[in-house]
Amino acid sequence: MKRDIILAGVGGQGLLAVAAVLGEAVRSLGLRLKQAEVHGMAQRGGAVQSHVRFSDRPIYSDLVREGTADLVLALEPMEALRYIAYLRPDGVLVSDTRPVRNIPDYPDLARILAELAAISPHRLVDAALLAEKAGSAQATNLVVLGAASPFLELPEAALVGGIRAVFAGKPDAVLAANLRGFELGAEWSRAVA
Amino acid sequence: MATQLLLGNEALAQGAIDAGLSAAYAYPGTPSTEITEHILRSAEARSGEIRCRWAVNEKTALEAALGASYAGLRAMASMKHVGLNVAADPFVNAAIAGAHGGLLVNVADDPSMHSSQNEQDSRLYADLALVPCLEPSDQQEAYAVPAYAFELSERHRVPVLIRLTTRLAHSRATVEVGARNPSNRLSVPEDPERFILLPAIARRSYERLVARQPDFVRDSEESPFNHLSQHGDRSLGIVACGIAHNYLLEVTDGAPSHPILKVGQYPLPERMVRWLVEHCDRILVLEDGYPFVEAKLSGLPPRSAPAIHGRLSGDVPRTGELTPDLVAAALGRGALDRRAASSVPAPRPPALCPGCPHADTCKALHEALASQTSARVFSDIGCYTLAALPPLAIIDTCVEMGASITMAHGASEAGLRPAVALIGDSTFAHSGMTGLLDCVNAGAQITVIIVDNLTVAMTGGQRSAAENRLASICRGLGVEDAHIRVIEPHPRNHAKNVAVLDEEIRHPGPSVIIAQRECIQTARRAARRAPSGGPR
Repeated sequence: MKRDIILAGVGGQGLLAVAAVLGEAVRSLGLRLKQAEVHGMAQRGGAVQSHVRFSDRPIYSDLVREGTADLVLALEPMEALRYIAYLRPDGVLVSDTRPVRNIPDYPDLARILAELAAISPHRLVDAALLAEKAGSAQATNLVVLGAASPFLELPEAALVGGIRAVFAGKPDAVLAANLRGFELGAEWSRAVA
Repeated sequence: MATQLLLGNEALAQGAIDAGLSAAYAYPGTPSTEITEHILRSAEARSGEIRCRWAVNEKTALEAALGASYAGLRAMASMKHVGLNVAADPFVNAAIAGAHGGLLVNVADDPSMHSSQNEQDSRLYADLALVPCLEPSDQQEAYAVPAYAFELSERHRVPVLIRLTTRLAHSRATVEVGARNPSNRLSVPEDPERFILLPAIARRSYERLVARQPDFVRDSEESPFNHLSQHGDRSLGIVACGIAHNYLLEVTDGAPSHPILKVGQYPLPERMVRWLVEHCDRILVLEDGYPFVEAKLSGLPPRSAPAIHGRLSGDVPRTGELTPDLVAAALGRGALDRRAASSVPAPRPPALCPGCPHADTCKALHEALASQTSARVFSDIGCYTLAALPPLAIIDTCVEMGASITMAHGASEAGLRPAVALIGDSTFAHSGMTGLLDCVNAGAQITVIIVDNLTVAMTGGQRSAAENRLASICRGLGVEDAHIRVIEPHPRNHAKNVAVLDEEIRHPGPSVIIAQRECIQTARRAARRAPSGGPR
């Protein structure tokens, strides 16, 4: 098996935490992993992305080639649209629908969502709604990961283990909200199918 | 053997720890910072077995590492590519004086300038200093390189440069790690006079370094990081340096059909290069960064056959980071079937965080300078550089570490006033202090604003070298007490701060305003660590 994923979002949304959860899950399964991250200046509210690749066979490149990603997982709709050229023709798009409008010329949201909805299969999730339900407005990143979980080809237990590992040392309530957010996202995604 | 999930930077650091590292010094800078952060987190650093410190700048870091090497210990200095400019003096001269304990200079280059002002290639510095350079192709090699490089450094008594590029530095992979080897014992060189670079001694040492070059080439021929595969279709031979080798394997599904020279150690393995050039019709050079190897192979006209292809020939773009898609294009493989990119997304540049004290300083400065159309704000390297972008759009320059104060000095003396320098606390400690002494000695009419957020913010919140000593440093450098002003940049103090800035901008000599309020990010992290509140 092999999965090539583009993670996209805005600095400060918790994209690296999603990458870390995936990394821990993949490691716990004894699979190989390459995960290119963005550190430094771009993290300050700018567009951030990460390439995550895992397989049971050797992985050469740290970067995913355009037209080959199995999945684009985005925490923000415009950032999802920025990377669709990476998707393979039948690749999956999963994105939060709520925009982060921290630039003066944010494009027409309806147009963004329409372009995203034209990609099949897709999951466009209002993550804030489910994160609220999970008990933490900050858990939107885990909700989106949950919504993407049916397409990751990883056992859910491994992902839950990844969340536990990444949020170890955080207050119990934070861990619980993140776990619940992930579950709500996963349930929603299965229900949509 | 255990498996760990490590960034390229962390793999390099763990490799050094396990190779018996005793001393590590660095100045933070993307994409190199995680090398030193990994060591700082290690049990060996926490127990004091490894001495690991953030230095004031890259020069002092490399000199401290050289001192530890002189004392017989395995030592290293880590920095980003432009940091090696700051440390170029000790780097080039340490090559002549030589190492005693193994000495590594770890440099992370930033092709495409993800977080930098240029994309200079550190392999040229190794070439300039006449020392070996290692360029790992993946995280596992990044782990293996330090042990090999320490041994190389001790055998030849020279510093060794390890070059990473952003992609490997910041990409995580599963890495097999071993156990820690014992560190060296304290010892002094048997030939200590080579560290006294008086011309008569330096000439001898330099001759010795030059005479060693064929040995370095021989080492490259036998290096585990260089490999020549002679199999396949000889209409093309490929040189793949560092991470480019992975991209080559990626686009050829692990089975390239042409002879391949994988390069991970310099100087170039001449015999291997010669074989490739003599047996292949054309040569393609794949390298991240400058066309360093391509230029060496191309030579000057008349060009020897075969034709050399790469960044100089236009087969790969001359600038920017190498990617697997660019490698595929250079091999004549068309782009894959893919969706067209959408034209809708707008650029989303980084910005100062909401609540950032720098924004409050810049707003006050904007008002203080509102009536001064000739005013220029010379800025520096740090988060506050983002004040170049709207809506603040207040800075006029950002060139390199420390250039705010010194450029303001020169511009002011040339007649361009008011000349304001905007510099961070850590950058001031790194390279601003000496320039301020120039200004004091010249009586220059400049206003220096030190935006003091009590941390090295852009790289993740390392300790700032001059924390809480900025005023006394400025006083010590000779700035008049009355013209060292401390303000708290906060919206509630806006009018007060504008008045202070206005007064000092009118002062006909050097003045310093320290705008002090903790970085919003580190303050938030501290609050999370201590939920009960209270001072940091």
